[in-house]
Amino acid sequence: MTRSDTTRSAAPTALVELDGVSKHYGNIRALEGVSLTVHAGEITCVLGDNGAGKSTLIKIIAGLHQHDAGTFRIEGEEVRPASPREALDHGIATVYQDLAVVPLMPVWRNFFLGSEPRKGSGPFKRLDVDLMRRTTHAELLRMGIDLRDVDQPIGTLSGGERQCVAIARAVHFGAKVLVLDEPTAALGVKQSGVVLKYVAAARDAGLGVVLITHNPHHAYLVGNRFVLLKRGTMVGSHARDGITLDELTRQMAGGSELDDLRHELEGTTP
Amino acid sequence: MTATAPAADERLLRTSPLRRLLGRPELGSVVGALAVFLFFALVADGFLRAAGLSTVLYAASTIGIMAVPVALLMIGGEFDLSAGVMVTSSALISSMFSYQMTANVWVGVGVSLLATLAIGFFNGFMLTRTKLPSFIITLGTFLMLTGLNLGFTKLISGTVSTKSIADMEGYSSAQDVFASVLTVGGVDFKITILWWFGLVAVASWILLRTRVGNWIFAVGGGKDAARAVGVPVERTKIGLYMGVALAAWIAGQHLLFSFDVVQSGEGVGKELTYIIAAVIGGCLITGGYGSAVGSAIGALIFGMTDKGIVFAEWNPDWFKFFLGAMLLLATLLNAWVRKRAEATA
Repeated sequence: MTRSDTTRSAAPTALVELDGVSKHYGNIRALEGVSLTVHAGEITCVLGDNGAGKSTLIKIIAGLHQHDAGTFRIEGEEVRPASPREALDHGIATVYQDLAVVPLMPVWRNFFLGSEPRKGSGPFKRLDVDLMRRTTHAELLRMGIDLRDVDQPIGTLSGGERQCVAIARAVHFGAKVLVLDEPTAALGVKQSGVVLKYVAAARDAGLGVVLITHNPHHAYLVGNRFVLLKRGTMVGSHARDGITLDELTRQMAGGSELDDLRHELEGTTP
Repeated sequence: MTATAPAADERLLRTSPLRRLLGRPELGSVVGALAVFLFFALVADGFLRAAGLSTVLYAASTIGIMAVPVALLMIGGEFDLSAGVMVTSSALISSMFSYQMTANVWVGVGVSLLATLAIGFFNGFMLTRTKLPSFIITLGTFLMLTGLNLGFTKLISGTVSTKSIADMEGYSSAQDVFASVLTVGGVDFKITILWWFGLVAVASWILLRTRVGNWIFAVGGGKDAARAVGVPVERTKIGLYMGVALAAWIAGQHLLFSFDVVQSGEGVGKELTYIIAAVIGGCLITGGYGSAVGSAIGALIFGMTDKGIVFAEWNPDWFKFFLGAMLLLATLLNAWVRKRAEATA
């Protein structure tokens, strides 16, 4: 547990720091003593199987739920965001796997949803539509997405493109920390690659990234740190140079349980 | 990288004007409205005369005033089954308050505005608090208002209608605002037509050019996504219900000042009329898609069918059949149009 010492003495304070965070729903222990740090320009991966507590963790960081114990610091300041809006004000933008965008709305309306620029005053205060259209096109281009038409409903884009729009939106609105919930879960190999490229682009732009995934291969491609969750508790926390992909996959898959399973399967098949 | 217009993209193969037009929510209803217009222009004498058109517009306006906020609410993903009787409630409150307090009629009109807005707030507040479907919440409000309208009116005036307030102070000026007749080129037009056009214009402005409009589309099309990016979902929905209440107040005052007395049992069933107008006008029943102009065209189809059957001297019993058929056709056409529009080249 020298981790907290190193973060204290290191010159830049972590963008996000969770320390021993727990969350209970009634008598169900959803999360117990989870710690993680995110630095600017780094990607922290949270790995775990279904029911490991990944969603609960993301909801605490995103401001949808509040933690019951432990500390949650943003740039050294202890916080307890009570709503997604509050988390956004702290610079934390969360991109959800399935509810990142409103499918029937045009791309440009989605891009600025919740933070619409306006011009004029009084009753004539209105959306700055030209600026919104132009900015959407330019920002997406900057992320490497050359959109055909910003007026098309965003539901007509592919799953990967939609994730990318959501990421580009977070970057544009000055997010310091990007939380990505299973961005590659529903995507094919090529689409996943595209999304991971934008995740890396966001990192290179100086953002801290929390990447939630159950795919160790995707995590190892881009991650700087890896936090492993299992049944609500933290079973491992590693820097990239402290672990290999094989070891990460093994721990993720349950380590010794996997060995047992292999024995079992090999034992039954003649 | 130079600031070329985003439109200049070689992959934008076929965004022809036709496709753009197909993408408009109103298209299906415009086609329907033209068909209905031509039909009655051919079969019904007097339909095309200025006086006939004025009658049609008036019938359309009384529905259209309510169809506008009901359409916005539907785009926001909710229903209001209490919208019909709320109009009657608003008229009753206005009339009975003025009569009982022997106050200037405008005082009653003001009290009615506050009370009706409170009903709208109640609908929105209950919806966002309980998270029950709006169908249930507003069905409850619908039944309660129906009961209150009858109960209070009988309790206060002894009959099922209100007392005349025509001789009271402020009546004529209130009548000028809510129920006067404007004569343009020898043809009489009811002032509700102006209220209707005004509401359509304001609602279109809000929907397409303001932040709140963006929020309305978002709460109807993807509530959770909207909440996650910081859209105040609850406030938007409550605001939409209060919009319905505001229009119910306008329609209610028209009811009061054009007939002087209000029948307390009126309004039942009207809520479906407003919803039908919004759906014919291209609003997606599941939310997230539609327009205020579409609701106006839906109301116009209603007005034309309603009065066209009279001009054609048919039995008005057929009206409901036409309406049902129209609703089915319009919904099918809308679904087909939207699928075509969304299919990327």
